[in-house]
Amino acid sequence: MTPLSVTRYTLTSALGHGVAAQLAALRGGRTGLQQKRFETCDLPCFIGEVSSLDSPLTGARAQWDCRNNRLAWLALQQDAFLDAAIALRSRYGAARVGVFIGTSTAGVHSTELAYRERGADAPLPSWFHYRTTQNCFSPADFVREALDLSGPAIAIATACSSSAKVFGSAQRAIVAGVCDAAIVGGVDSLCLTTLYGFNSLQLISPEICRPADANRRGISIGEAAGFAILEKSGEGPRLLGYGESSDAHHMSAPHPEGEGAAAAMRGALARANLAAEQIDYVNLHGTATPANDAAEDKAIVSLFGTSTPCSSTKGWTGHTLGAAAISEAVFSLLCIEHGFAPQSLNTQTLDPSLRANVLMQPLQKRVDRVLSNSFGFGGNNCSLIFGRAA
Amino acid sequence: MKVFVDAIGFAAPGMEDWESARRVLRGEAGYEPKALSLYQPNLLPPNERRRAAPAVRLAFRIAEDAMRTSSFKPSELATVFATSDADTSILHRLCTALAQPQRAVSPTDFHNSVHNAAAGYWSIAAGAKPPSTSLSAYDASFAAGLLEAATFVVVEQKPVLLACYDVVPPQPLFDVRPIALAMGVALVLAPDGAGRPIEISGETLAEIPMADPALEKLRLANPAGRALPLLQSLARA
Repeated sequence: MTPLSVTRYTLTSALGHGVAAQLAALRGGRTGLQQKRFETCDLPCFIGEVSSLDSPLTGARAQWDCRNNRLAWLALQQDAFLDAAIALRSRYGAARVGVFIGTSTAGVHSTELAYRERGADAPLPSWFHYRTTQNCFSPADFVREALDLSGPAIAIATACSSSAKVFGSAQRAIVAGVCDAAIVGGVDSLCLTTLYGFNSLQLISPEICRPADANRRGISIGEAAGFAILEKSGEGPRLLGYGESSDAHHMSAPHPEGEGAAAAMRGALARANLAAEQIDYVNLHGTATPANDAAEDKAIVSLFGTSTPCSSTKGWTGHTLGAAAISEAVFSLLCIEHGFAPQSLNTQTLDPSLRANVLMQPLQKRVDRVLSNSFGFGGNNCSLIFGRAA
Repeated sequence: MKVFVDAIGFAAPGMEDWESARRVLRGEAGYEPKALSLYQPNLLPPNERRRAAPAVRLAFRIAEDAMRTSSFKPSELATVFATSDADTSILHRLCTALAQPQRAVSPTDFHNSVHNAAAGYWSIAAGAKPPSTSLSAYDASFAAGLLEAATFVVVEQKPVLLACYDVVPPQPLFDVRPIALAMGVALVLAPDGAGRPIEISGETLAEIPMADPALEKLRLANPAGRALPLLQSLARA
């Protein structure tokens, strides 16, 4: 494909607000995960919580108020992203900028609170706004409203690959002439549904998550919001390729040999017209569940062999679900712009059955191209490749 | 953007499949609202069939209806699943469980609660490994799905199964999201072939009222109903 320019990007996660905070934490080896409670959740686990989400949205944004849109709004205000969006709107026109946002649970925490507040068989409380909070489209619609755009807008919800898939949809829309530029991103916030839900599947680790560790016990859940601007030309690193596939295997377990994962990575390499050796670093999906890390390792080794440096950054942010791919896209872009590759944080004893070159120490070196993996429930896989501007 | 309609699937009260919808949309039969019959997805294994949630059943129903006349095998098709709200019955059960002190969330409900549950089951049942995208654009979910599917067809030069569907939410969610009836439409879109060509433009995607008041009511009763003007033009062709 013809590469697209990533002319602006931002991320807010448990590591802090904006990219400088992400970079400092990645370079400093400082996790954003903490052993603490989210709201009334009594599960013993670590969470990657974003600070400063306690104030409601006000004025014209009040009807959108929920934890998820507060997080989206906080993230939009970092890294002069709002200014870049205004410039984009004046450059192309509001109707020619598409909005593609990934999410898995949107504002479901509001629905949880509304259900808790209502009496048996009573209606939901009057403060609850379904369309602007709970509905899956809410984060995309909110971003479109906040940025005053009127082009095509969709929320993509393919579980944990959602905010990788947005890059593919946006690229196709730009190539087909549906829009000239795109705001892509992902927003997912902490809620009881995912904490108790993943716990019911026995996928939540009681310890901090340890990707690729011999004693890994599952995921730590985090929250994040990140956005990027894609244009046909302009300053900034490039989106070189993406690959998508379906496992056609199981709703909540990966294909044991990582077949679907390998197909997504192969697709991304083919679209970028790159050989596996040209990838300098792979940001793994690396959730720290026994099944994911083993299957992904097989897929990596089948394509890259055992020398390409790899790591999961879930040890920093936790698994931010529908925002995981945009988080890791931003980390990939930071690796390219600042010349490093992060280690597999919290990993103490590397699982000897894994054969990929999982980084136990950070690498300081020029990084030209990064492949980033995201895999979701329903067997939905997407890999992205970013590179330095030629 | 021009794409070719290889096959169509449909379900709404009073129109059990595309064949019966086609007769109504051509004016050969009057529209009589009548509850949809129960449907057992053919492609799902028996144990999954029994447990399938309402939105999964509806998605399979329309997709299987389209596959009856499609020139493609289900395993060959990339998919776009467009639904405003997916399975609100599962959302209701999860939020009800989370409002209780013991918070006993069903693991099956949780993994079925993802917006792409129907797409995941379809890919497993059909053995379909091509890309799959699930999306929402609230009441504009059909237009958004059509746009996503058509850009995929045009850019990738590969066929796509688009399934757009929503079910009736249970109370108390119905009060805040009153989707009055279940409806779904499936289109198999191809980059070429013998199907009827359609031009995807601002006009295809705009809200166009139906002349018949009963059909106009249907159009507004469910996000998938927004497909009726396009379906009528296809039925009359």
